[in-house]
Amino acid sequence: MKLNMLKWRNKSSNISLAKKREMVDGWLFVLPFVISALVFFIGPLFVAFILSFKEYSFLDGSMMNAPWVGLNNYIKAFSDPVFIKALKNTAIYSIGVVPTQLILALALALVVDSKIKGKTFFRTAYYIPTITSTVAVAIMFMFLFKSDGVLNKFLGLFGVNPYTWYDDIRLALPLIMIMAIWASVGLYMVIFLAGLQEIPNSLYEAASIDGANKWQQFIHITVPMLKPTIFFNLVVSLIGTFQVFDQAYVISDGNGGPLNSTMTVVLYLYKQGFDEFNMGYACAIGFILFVIIFILTMIQKKFFGEETSM
Amino acid sequence: MEKKKKLKISRIIFYLIIIGYALVALGPYIWTFITSLKPTSEVNNFSIDFSTLTFRNYKFLWNKFPFGRWFINSIIVAAIVSLGNILFNSLAGYALARINFPGRKALFLAVLSMMMVPGQIVMVPTFILLTKLGWVNTYKGLTIPFLTSLFGIFLMRQFFLSIPKSIEEAATIDGLGRFGTFFRIVLPMAKPALATQFIITFNGNWNSFLWPSLLARTSDMYTLPVGLNSFQGQYFQFWDQVMAGVMILSIPSIIIFLIFQRNFIKGISTSGIKG
Repeated sequence: MKLNMLKWRNKSSNISLAKKREMVDGWLFVLPFVISALVFFIGPLFVAFILSFKEYSFLDGSMMNAPWVGLNNYIKAFSDPVFIKALKNTAIYSIGVVPTQLILALALALVVDSKIKGKTFFRTAYYIPTITSTVAVAIMFMFLFKSDGVLNKFLGLFGVNPYTWYDDIRLALPLIMIMAIWASVGLYMVIFLAGLQEIPNSLYEAASIDGANKWQQFIHITVPMLKPTIFFNLVVSLIGTFQVFDQAYVISDGNGGPLNSTMTVVLYLYKQGFDEFNMGYACAIGFILFVIIFILTMIQKKFFGEETSM
Repeated sequence: MEKKKKLKISRIIFYLIIIGYALVALGPYIWTFITSLKPTSEVNNFSIDFSTLTFRNYKFLWNKFPFGRWFINSIIVAAIVSLGNILFNSLAGYALARINFPGRKALFLAVLSMMMVPGQIVMVPTFILLTKLGWVNTYKGLTIPFLTSLFGIFLMRQFFLSIPKSIEEAATIDGLGRFGTFFRIVLPMAKPALATQFIITFNGNWNSFLWPSLLARTSDMYTLPVGLNSFQGQYFQFWDQVMAGVMILSIPSIIIFLIFQRNFIKGISTSGIKG
């Protein structure tokens, strides 16, 4: 009581000083981040926006003098068959990868959350592909799937002829998708696991007293209680898949082949910006990507309601 | 009796499935590791001749290529970036959670909005900026732009919101200033969140490929992923050595994860990043 009064008196007599202190402290604490964000994010974002209306090549020197072309870069993108192909590939990749990996991740999370023997082992085993470099993963998969690789050797035991998986324009993209699911399902599993552990046990106990079976409990308790987690995973997974680059780059040695079958939006942005030096065009591609991600996130937010901290 | 038997069978099938998926997850590593120990002539053989397995490939990579240098570059970059992130994201996250300063709400909103912007948008201007600064092909270029992260700040803010205010109030009454309270009281309590952040940041930067492949121009500045990818082309026929390279790239992340894993799951559940 006495202490509180003391604090109160201090506060009231120095109210402006305390406020000032809070302000100084607050801004000191966020200063490194604010500087970094201004220099390496907001500034460049602003420049990228302007560049996207210019025809600018890095080799030309000053970007101030680069010619203004209005919406030409954006118009060009939608009549550029390679960009359209990249967009299509990225969409197929996302539509294939997101639901598959989230369902698989939820199933794995339920497994490692249940009463099984060797829980820690399974959690670790399922998570390990997540922490491995995508470059390492891509090279491993190239090795496993190469024409005289172990997969073909294995299939050969059943009389299947060896196949050059990554050279097939129909298979290259699906193989990258499988690789991505394999490599990242552990991350979503861990986040689901954390979500599952927050659901109070009493809910399940009450339900089982009421005679609900495991499936009914899953549908009526687990899924609704996990809704924010599902939303979080969906957003992160979607944003991640739309930014796919590493796997496509490594598998195709940087060119998106065979025949652009593994060309993705970010790979194309990279090629336009840093191989062809069409930097204005690359910036326009970046903004198109941003708009797509923004719209998809908003749709999901609408669909899932506002009940998340995102 | 019948029911019990049925239950047992379903249990066995269940374990077969979860062991099967563990094999799917770990199998490629096991095969990669075995291949890395094989002589070149044996690489394409399904069978394993244990008497021929050696660590010769690792020695060879280390001696013939700047693998040691790439390894050290990767360590330097990942360590500096992780330490920077732990410090700066915690400071910012704490201010956003606890300090009442004008602009706090707007700043938090800015963090959330920026999280939705794909990083690749700023790739071109940032690269131009780093070129102008003369930071391309330097450690500065590989580290300084990545010292803070939006996700890390969000994570730390969520964590600091979850700890009781009374602890800081007690510290203030004991005469500790804002920085003292933060470094001596609050930060030590944040170990699980810091461990989570450390794992995510260290791995993210250890494995990072897109930026280092732009910023590291000469072989002596390559990080491991860039160096390993540079093997593409004629070198990709010596798969035993390439697989040794894959293991060198993979093992440190796995070790770091195994060390911190207990804190990792705890960190995720306490920071409320799952939504």
